[in-house]
Amino acid sequence: MSLQNEIHFTSERLQEIDVLVKKYPGKRSALLPVLHMAQEDFGYLSMAAQQLVADTLNLRLMVVREVVTFYTMFREKPCGTYLLEVCTNAGCMLNGANELLAHMTESLGIEVGETTSDGMFTVTEVECAGACGGAPVVQINNEYHEKVDATYMDAFITRVSGGQS
Amino acid sequence: MISSDPKQVKAICFDRIHLENQTSLAVAKKNGAYKFLPTVLKDFDNERIMDEVKKSGLRGRGGAGFPTGLKWSFVPRLTGKPTYLLCNADEGEPGTFKDRDIMRFDPHLLIEGMLMSGFALGVKDAYIYIRGEFLHEANVLDAAIEEAYAANLLGENILGTDFSMDLTVHRGAGAYICGEETALIESLEGRPGRPRFKPPFPAVEGFYRCPTVVNNVETLATIPAILEFGGDWHAAIGVPNNTGMKIFSVSGHVNKPGNYEVPMGTSLKTLIEEYCGGLQHGTVPKVIIPGGSSTPWLLAEHYDTPLTYDAMMKAGSMLGSGAIIVMDETADVIALTRRLTHFYAHESCGQCSPCREGTGWLERVMIRVENGQGCEEDLTVLYDVATHMAGRTICALADGAAAPILSLLKHFPDEVRARLMEKAA
Ligand SMILES: Cc1cc2nc3c(=O)[nH]c(=O)nc-3n(C[C@H](O)[C@H](O)[C@H](O)COP(=O)(O)O)c2cc1C
Ligand code: SF4
Ligand code: FES
Repeated sequence: MSLQNEIHFTSERLQEIDVLVKKYPGKRSALLPVLHMAQEDFGYLSMAAQQLVADTLNLRLMVVREVVTFYTMFREKPCGTYLLEVCTNAGCMLNGANELLAHMTESLGIEVGETTSDGMFTVTEVECAGACGGAPVVQINNEYHEKVDATYMDAFITRVSGGQS
Repeated sequence: MISSDPKQVKAICFDRIHLENQTSLAVAKKNGAYKFLPTVLKDFDNERIMDEVKKSGLRGRGGAGFPTGLKWSFVPRLTGKPTYLLCNADEGEPGTFKDRDIMRFDPHLLIEGMLMSGFALGVKDAYIYIRGEFLHEANVLDAAIEEAYAANLLGENILGTDFSMDLTVHRGAGAYICGEETALIESLEGRPGRPRFKPPFPAVEGFYRCPTVVNNVETLATIPAILEFGGDWHAAIGVPNNTGMKIFSVSGHVNKPGNYEVPMGTSLKTLIEEYCGGLQHGTVPKVIIPGGSSTPWLLAEHYDTPLTYDAMMKAGSMLGSGAIIVMDETADVIALTRRLTHFYAHESCGQCSPCREGTGWLERVMIRVENGQGCEEDLTVLYDVATHMAGRTICALADGAAAPILSLLKHFPDEVRARLMEKAA
């Protein structure tokens, strides 16, 4: 069975990958970095994206799939324009993260793990982000926001929604 | 400036951290970065460096507290294979957030530490394995490394010597287990992060089956000061067998959470009262988790315990990574334990059945207990599962998962029973 590939890496990306591969004793070490690139380029790791990564690094699709499913940051489904990842581990929990998460899901009208119907926001719960001194911590599209409260989140959501929310 | 008088030292890893634009090479150099590197590359040999590091008494800052000089001495020489140096920047243990500050505020300190360590170990290729979420920190490091290459501080014939070393930043992708050194190696080889059986230890057979040293960020960032001021200088800071400064990441119910670098041997109480502005509510802590979520809990009676590997062990816990999670009288220890069981169940790599099954089981029972649907028998189940997991698996994640459960049952059995009754009524 062969998957129809409709997506490609740009030639700049392919050059970047060529350089990257040379930094390791074995080509396979480039798998995680190349998956990060694919996720950045295509938004998520569809089957076609995983096949593309497998072909690019000369690996079997199975090998790529095993890695994609093992690591939490790799997403096999698209998410909203804004991915809001709320840490609810110890330090954040002790400083109101559960209440913050409940406020966010309620005001957006979704459950944890879901995306709003307009495709704008996805809310997820994550493990300790390694920034507990700034609890509670929310990562918004990979950027850390610390000492976040409901007012801060509401203002952010209103601002990026164009002030209508 | 780090003082050459050990009694006057205020900081080692954080010495330059609050200076502005320290991430730029020019500024870092003006503030003393790479100042001593030429001397090390030209006048020190491998034996002298090993000697200073051994004399320093430095113990690994990643969690296990293993003596760094001893670890380095396990690397076999003349195997004909390359030796690799891997910096563990996975920083996933709940409560830990110190390495992030070194990397984002003073990346050149880590690079310099890796250069000196790599030089001592005969390394040609070194890697920083950084947790995937630390994208900003990875970018800061990449930019600093690029500047270092341009200034001939990395690459071929560094500063005109015959020492050459390459350094690469490698991002993980969200898996706590990749902080365990053999899982880190698996991950760096492009596989799921499943810990390997030991022995062989990485020093003998690690990355691509070659001799490999894995050290924590803070450990490597301490090396430049040890070589500049000497092993004896470092050994005179702190207390015997627990030498040097240590960064403590303090979180939870304190008024000023954050990272504080203090001499080893400072008491928990001093750290929390004098540095962290005390507790949010009340004057005595309910629980202190001293070394990250995987270490046994301490109570108010342990408030005066000195922050050393040995004293923490004596008090029944561990210094771990120096991640201190503080809970005041308002804390719901049952909810917190339930949350931690979820963490371990989610992060177990699944290859040992006591860990895979046990972590899931602990979470399911704790959910029942928290919701008041538990029964007296559940306490026995929790205890049995936790005691049977610990020490029977490939890596220490299972022990870490057992720690909060055993601490809860040991210190708060009445609170747990009250919860069962309260909801049943
Ligand atoms: C489950 C688990 C997670 C760990 N996570 C980390 C980590 O995030 N960072 C770290 O430096 N060490 C971590 N360690 C410890 C490493 O295995 C290893 O001991 C350490 O990186 C050695 O460096 P050091 O000697 O400089 O402390 C972890 C260990 C276990 C069992
Ligand atoms: S103890 Fe748990 S995390 Fe460690 S190797 Fe076994 S299953 Fe994996
Ligand atoms: S507990 Fe939230 S960042 Fe550590």
